[in-house]
Amino acid sequence: MTTTVSIEATKLTVKKQKTVILDGLSFTIQAGTVTGLIGPSGSGKTTLIRAIVGVQQVTSGSLTVLGKAAGDARPRANIGYVTQSPAIYDDLTVLQNVHYFAKLAGASAAQADSIIRVVHLDDKKDQLAALLSGGQKARVSLAIALLGDPEVLVLDEPTVGLDPILRQELWRLFAALAARGKTLIVSSHVMDEAERCDELLLMRDGKLLWNNSRQQLLAHTGASSVEKAFIAMVSAEGNA
Amino acid sequence: MYHAKVTFATTARILRQLKHDPRTIALIFVVPCILLSLLRWMYSDNLTVFNHIAPALLGVFPFIIMFIITSITTLRERTSGTMERLMATRLGKLDLIVGYMLAFGLLAIVQALLASGLLLYGFGLVVAGPVWFLVVMALADALLGTALGLFVSAFARTEFQAVQFMPAFVLPQFLIGGLLVPLAQMPSVLESIAYFLPLTYAIDALSRVVSEVILSSESWRDLWVVLGCVLAAVLLGALTLRRQSK
Repeated sequence: MTTTVSIEATKLTVKKQKTVILDGLSFTIQAGTVTGLIGPSGSGKTTLIRAIVGVQQVTSGSLTVLGKAAGDARPRANIGYVTQSPAIYDDLTVLQNVHYFAKLAGASAAQADSIIRVVHLDDKKDQLAALLSGGQKARVSLAIALLGDPEVLVLDEPTVGLDPILRQELWRLFAALAARGKTLIVSSHVMDEAERCDELLLMRDGKLLWNNSRQQLLAHTGASSVEKAFIAMVSAEGNA
Repeated sequence: MYHAKVTFATTARILRQLKHDPRTIALIFVVPCILLSLLRWMYSDNLTVFNHIAPALLGVFPFIIMFIITSITTLRERTSGTMERLMATRLGKLDLIVGYMLAFGLLAIVQALLASGLLLYGFGLVVAGPVWFLVVMALADALLGTALGLFVSAFARTEFQAVQFMPAFVLPQFLIGGLLVPLAQMPSVLESIAYFLPLTYAIDALSRVVSEVILSSESWRDLWVVLGCVLAAVLLGALTLRRQSK
């Protein structure tokens, strides 16, 4: 199987005011993989995600998505984006939210309806989003990102607060999408989630600790879990 | 094709949001009428003064109300994160702004018809010039409020700032617009400043249509100036809307 590079960063740096948020990141992400973007809160995950979807200005270095500079009109048409807090209209129903974003993504109303079923919200579809629970809102937000069958799906902490059964289903869905050649980037501050990803980007203080497969990370550090491997990497850096 | 479709979809989405908030719609329609009624009551014994100032206020009230509503609505779009989501799609910045203009423009049409209907038929305001011009001018002022509200909301980071923009941007225009003191009687510096503010032209046009039987070239100039400012504010609004944050 040939691999295609879907996202490529070279010395990607983002500064806000004078603070360095992303410090010269270089990595590639292949199409057809689920990449876990893992790191503690404040490590720069959300800024990296915002740069990939094109809403964060890059200070220096380069970042290409689907062969074009991030933020270009073409990658924008091919990215599904789930923000950390559910970005949906509270004063619209679930159906109205999904149908509006379907028009923006060029997806049909039929696809919009079937996506509501995928995230198990058909019984809530006529409910006002303001009345939904946090987890239900997160699912509406996820449904919107899936509209239009985008090549790249960028999900910022998508499974926080979801019930374990649904979480498992979503991870299966992510794997199925990757098997169809889609590129998925899933951020999490929970190391458990990393166990479900093939590829890992480990971040700390705006720097990359690891950019390779999970298997190799475990082999490299001799650790039994990603969490232990993370600690091993950080202390190895401290000693160096 | 895509851009026309998503613009209308955006208009429909905003109207649907407002449909879930009927009280706001009622306020948009009723508040100008209540204010005009209050004014009529105040001047029960002096209808000459009422006839002089009411038409101008027909332009001022919708302008203020639409300015506040639009700037708060767009700010809400920013703080809820939906703006960022929209900016990560193919939606053009102008699609979003024109979508907003159409949605609030529709509300403004109803608002202008109700308020001018009340003045003409409820209070028997005598208009020497064409009535349609009075209505069109009121509508143009509401659109101006919408467009300026969209434009300045780009500079507001918080709700507090957005609300403060009303006294900052709108009240000076009202104070020196020629309604409280005729332009010619103001210090010449203020008079010159007034000619750079769009509300001055709105007030001038609405005062003229009451007394002038035939639309003068000044009335037409006033209308074009206001509409030109609407267009300029829409374009500036699209320019100042940022797809990427720094």
